[in-house]
Amino acid sequence: MQVDPEIIRLLAFLVGVIAFAALNAAYLVWLERKEAAHIQRRIGPKEVGPFGLLQPLVDGIKLMTKQLIVPAGVDPVLFKIAPILVMVPAIMSFVTIPFSETLVARKLDLGLLVIFAFASVNVLGLLLGAWGSRNKYAVISAARVVSQNVAYEIPMLVTVVTLVMISGTMNLSEIVGLQMGGFWHWNILNLAASPLMPVAFLIFFICMLAETNRAPFDMAEAESELVAGAFTEYSGMGFGVFFMGEYANIVIGASVATILFLGGWDCPFGLFPGVHWFLIKMYFLIFTVIWIRWTFPRTTFYGLLNLSWKILIPISFVNLILTSAMLKVF
Amino acid sequence: MSALIQSQANETFVLNLGPQHPATHGVLRVKLTMDGEYIVEAEPVLGYIHRMHEKMGENRTWAQFLPNTGRMDYLHALAFNHGYVSLVERAAGLTVPERAEYLRVITSELNRVSSHLLWFGAFILDLGGFSPLLYAFDDREHILDLLESVTGSRLTYCYFRFGGVYNDIDDNFVPGARAFIKRLRERMPMYHNLVTKNIILMKRLQEVGPISAEMCRKYGATGPVCRGSGINFDVRKHEPYSIYPEMDFEVPVYEQGDSMARYMVRMDEIEQSLRIVEQALDKLPEGPVMAEKVPKILKPPKGDYYHAVETARGSFGVRAVSDGSNTPYRLKLRSPTFSNLSLFGEACRGMLLPDALALMGSLDLVIPEIDR
Amino acid sequence: MSDYLKEIISGTWSLFVGLGITIRYFFQPVVTVQYPHQTLPMTPRFRGHIELVKNEETGGTKCLVCGMCEKACPSNCITVRGEKREGVKGKVLTEYILDFTKCSLCGLCVESCTPSAITFSKDYNLAGVSKEAYIFDLKKRLEAKN
Repeated sequence: MQVDPEIIRLLAFLVGVIAFAALNAAYLVWLERKEAAHIQRRIGPKEVGPFGLLQPLVDGIKLMTKQLIVPAGVDPVLFKIAPILVMVPAIMSFVTIPFSETLVARKLDLGLLVIFAFASVNVLGLLLGAWGSRNKYAVISAARVVSQNVAYEIPMLVTVVTLVMISGTMNLSEIVGLQMGGFWHWNILNLAASPLMPVAFLIFFICMLAETNRAPFDMAEAESELVAGAFTEYSGMGFGVFFMGEYANIVIGASVATILFLGGWDCPFGLFPGVHWFLIKMYFLIFTVIWIRWTFPRTTFYGLLNLSWKILIPISFVNLILTSAMLKVF
Repeated sequence: MSALIQSQANETFVLNLGPQHPATHGVLRVKLTMDGEYIVEAEPVLGYIHRMHEKMGENRTWAQFLPNTGRMDYLHALAFNHGYVSLVERAAGLTVPERAEYLRVITSELNRVSSHLLWFGAFILDLGGFSPLLYAFDDREHILDLLESVTGSRLTYCYFRFGGVYNDIDDNFVPGARAFIKRLRERMPMYHNLVTKNIILMKRLQEVGPISAEMCRKYGATGPVCRGSGINFDVRKHEPYSIYPEMDFEVPVYEQGDSMARYMVRMDEIEQSLRIVEQALDKLPEGPVMAEKVPKILKPPKGDYYHAVETARGSFGVRAVSDGSNTPYRLKLRSPTFSNLSLFGEACRGMLLPDALALMGSLDLVIPEIDR
Repeated sequence: MSDYLKEIISGTWSLFVGLGITIRYFFQPVVTVQYPHQTLPMTPRFRGHIELVKNEETGGTKCLVCGMCEKACPSNCITVRGEKREGVKGKVLTEYILDFTKCSLCGLCVESCTPSAITFSKDYNLAGVSKEAYIFDLKKRLEAKN
């Protein structure tokens, strides 16, 4: 029986991707706690294992041994499906992400569109979970999260459209291919295409923070003004899966930012490109995401929406028009 | 048809910000009547930590009440000590030696700085920024270590006695205090860069929670709350006591009346307190720390006495009615935060809930002091 | 229009300044002490619970059983009992009970003691599992220490 090597490759990738996502979700918690600790001049977890490296395992065991409480009166299907609806799209998006020239599950021609399509399903999962919880405050909180996500998707997509115009393709591997050869070729410094390119990177980064509900835009989880957030009725592993989905989304967001703006697997000086550079840049962006969380206070909900509609959208549209003008002229 | 319209118009619900708070204020319950996102009415419900300090005052001798004063507002316990001790000295006609007065003012102002640092950390924590809390606690540890080397306690001090203080400072206190002043002065620009000038925080605090001077007068709010609304009233300047007339310091007053103004008043007060400590350390005289002829059983003459001091939260007044015996007949404690909190009900009408929480944080509440 | 742009630029700059401060602290050493692996020395004036001072000459205590500390305590934590023994001038201390569950460490007892027979100890590791563990008999503790 001849098994198609492509299927074996895909299966290996599937296992690898799920392992990568799960390991990241677990150890990003460790990274967050350690980084927060050192910013606050204390040591984070240190008792469990050397440098506290076994702490996420122990936390995972704790979450798994907790009772999975399903409150009476919840919608059984929606309540149980919601965490999965949040986790699966994040893992699915890994299919198109090229870790290096050869390490990619599928080189889809519409790779970028696929990733953003899956990001929208994530929001749907959150809303269904809150609605299924039959809790007034969870619904209000989830409604806010939905309007936050919608508001921030617009500048993100406008910026991405700008990049697609410059690169001429939606295939992620080709977008990176156009940036090879040293950091002066990277899109963030591509001032020939548009002088506002670093600003575009900043807008994309801020939108990524808002899409993944990270501080300073974390209305959904941390602001306990309305008694609770969107996940109130979830306990034990249900909450754990939401949590893992959030960290997987951060990884996706950081990888997309790396690919679009920072040159993917390219070395800054063009010497030894490879997957290690991709991982270094991705983890640097994740480090920055965590760094921002522990520095700034939260915005109010109206401040958040004002920021998006009144500041980010005009600037990203200006960038789009400028880029198209420069592409036409030069 | 009309019933439908009526039910839509009266669509308010009651939200209970329960005694167990996610923030660090203490056991305060606020019954909020909300219309969607906006607050229609707020009613603080107090009494969850009422420990009957005023009744205890009637059953303890004058000296035995001293530890109670430290437990009311545990963040600025030395000022509460100071108020009670000054009252009894006024009643019994005791004079306090110079060195003891200077030590009282030095320790009390250091305690004020530690109280403001904790307020700063807790306020920013309410708004979602976690790191400034730990930076403030780092500085606060130095003050607590200094005061521990003098008094022996870190939080609920019982250091002042009638006629002086309990014990003298050791040799390391003056250099330690000077080193701390220098250190905090170098750290203050960091706090301003990290927090005060941050655009997110400015949007969060500016024009949020406006309190007019009229409202302050109506409810008797004192301290940084009234000074943030333009009323220039500080007990240390306007009803001076102890050695404050000899100290050269300013009283920060801001006109705007929003949360940002109250925040800036307290940050400026930290700097002014450091100035007072510096001057007092320079002028510290030698001498005894306790008056000579203090009777063991103190029996102040009959009468009605009052004394007020400026704590970190406002004007703390003690009124004692003495009937000549060794216990007070009546001891009344005027808590500054009680008056500050009473304007919350009127001030937060029509506000959004996160703005109301920012206002409550800027009022600097310590609930055990309200409930006594 | 220019106000709008100015606010955006100054706001973004303030965010970067804040980030710079926290990253500076990231690379500085920690300020915490890892208790219980490391401990700090207590200052000499630290107020632990009170203890009896050993009388160097007689080997016992300096306590005169006058009861001033009992009267001075606001919380009624102290119980002092003594007896008259023949050949010894004044009373001899038999029992000194301190109910530490009520003590507020005010120091009025230490201040009121004329022969300075009690002083603050430096004990802070006081975890226990029952209320009775905190009813100290100071005389027994003094004898156990020596």
